[in-house]
Amino acid sequence: MSSSLLQVHDLSKHYRQRGINVHVLDRLSFALEGGTWTTILGPSGCGKTTLLKILVGLERADSGTVLVDGAQVPQLGSIAYLPQHDTLLPWRDALGNAILASEIDGRSLKEAKREAIELFEHFGLGGFEFVYPHQLSGGMRQRLALIRTFLAHRPILLLDEPLGALDPLTRATLQTWLLEVWSELRKTVLLVTHDAEEALLLSDRVLVLSERPASLQRDQAVELPRPRDRGSADLVARKTALLDLLLVSGGA
Amino acid sequence: MNGRLTRILAPIVLLLLLLAAWELGVRGFNVRAFILPAPSRIALAFISNIQLLGWHGVVTLLEIVVGLLLGAIGGILLAISVFYSPLLDKALYPLIISSQMIPVFAIAPILIVWMGYGLWPKVTVAALISFFPLVVNVSDGLREPTEESVDLFRSLGATRGQIFRKLRWPACLPTLFSGLKVSATLAVVGATIGEWVGAHQGLGYLMLQSNARLRMDLVFAAILMLAILGLSLFGLLRIIERRVVHWRAPRKDVQEV
Ligand SMILES: Nc1ncnc2c1ncn2[C@@H]1O[C@H](COP(=O)(O)OP(=O)(O)OP(=O)(O)O)[C@@H](O)[C@H]1O
Ligand SMILES: [Mg+2]
Repeated sequence: MSSSLLQVHDLSKHYRQRGINVHVLDRLSFALEGGTWTTILGPSGCGKTTLLKILVGLERADSGTVLVDGAQVPQLGSIAYLPQHDTLLPWRDALGNAILASEIDGRSLKEAKREAIELFEHFGLGGFEFVYPHQLSGGMRQRLALIRTFLAHRPILLLDEPLGALDPLTRATLQTWLLEVWSELRKTVLLVTHDAEEALLLSDRVLVLSERPASLQRDQAVELPRPRDRGSADLVARKTALLDLLLVSGGA
Repeated sequence: MNGRLTRILAPIVLLLLLLAAWELGVRGFNVRAFILPAPSRIALAFISNIQLLGWHGVVTLLEIVVGLLLGAIGGILLAISVFYSPLLDKALYPLIISSQMIPVFAIAPILIVWMGYGLWPKVTVAALISFFPLVVNVSDGLREPTEESVDLFRSLGATRGQIFRKLRWPACLPTLFSGLKVSATLAVVGATIGEWVGAHQGLGYLMLQSNARLRMDLVFAAILMLAILGLSLFGLLRIIERRVVHWRAPRKDVQEV
């Protein structure tokens, strides 16, 4: 357990706003192994985004610890984060958006561009390097945002419902695509979703959170070989079980 | 009919109709030229005095451009400082707003006393009148990025300077240019007021002189020159805006029925 890349221990969080106290996270503990894909599944408003923000270092927990590679975080800049809503910069073309992290880190832009063009080519964005975000479809924009996150060269990626706003068909396409990217680039991924099927299709492990205040409801390994078939009996059975769990915990 | 052609032709046709009505009215009712000259007469005055108008126009244009530049730079710097310093925000913002309640007409004579009859009182009036839209628009523009965009930058370990240069400043450019276009028209007004209060040259001065000599045709010709200057400045700003704010989706002519 001490070899885990990311360790979360006893994390609690309240928001206090104008006298109202919202208890968001309740003594959460879990650990991520390097190179694995973990998905956080939880009802709407339970505190998933809050959890990611604490892991990144954007918010402070009331109590508990987060360790990355054994070292105390949160230190901004060490974990890649894809926020829930669109954060592409409209004044930059696709390539300019993709190399943002390199620019902020002060790495060689020439090298970053070369690498980005390669990834574009490889992952279906070839020819769109100089196109602006408003000229891209929703699915393309999300691909670009995900590529940008991978290109940050951080060992851990936190993805907040990256496919949440897409139509079902585009979503299915991007699930396959995302898995492809991940299996080539081999990062440690923590994905947030409220879609049980998505969690089972993609991840090695599913962490189910309860209704607010979020506590760990279940920690379930998914040992099925990839690529997985969303229609297979095993997957459907697991999905039903997860949905039952979410419904019992009070998710609307 | 082609939409673009309509956009160009419609105002021209309307203007021609108005001018024709004006011309006919003046001739039909026999209005004296020192009360209201006919457009043809104004055009004649404009052409035959083009050198005079050009000379005074250059003076006024210089006042407008220098005033606008100073006002714009001042407004932008003020907005940025207020954005980054909550104390400055609390202390300055009410004062800036109140300052806008003071009519420039009231300040202009004082400036003449302080600075004399030269270029600077006019530049100052133009700057004072044109800085406000930029303060307001740049303040709003800097707040344009969503919290999540700022979070993205912070998650990458970006410094405040990087967040400003790569996020807030570009996000603020569209509103900055909207403010700049308003400021440009105000700067024209400011420079003219400055000249009315006390000047030896410039289009405002020419207007007053011609008015006193009952040369109403020349007054109108000066107004025409001022309008041409103002429109050219506005057009130039639009061209620069299109280049700088290039990422905006081209505006489509959407018909709402
Ligand atoms: N800055 C804040 N101040 C006060 N309350 C907040 C703040 N941010 C979030 N909350 C509250 O904390 C709770 C959890 O919010 P959070 O965004 O983490 O949920 P979520 O699981 O990501 O929801 P969703 O599924 O809608 O994305 C919500 O009730 C929200 O109102
Ligand atoms: Mg969320």
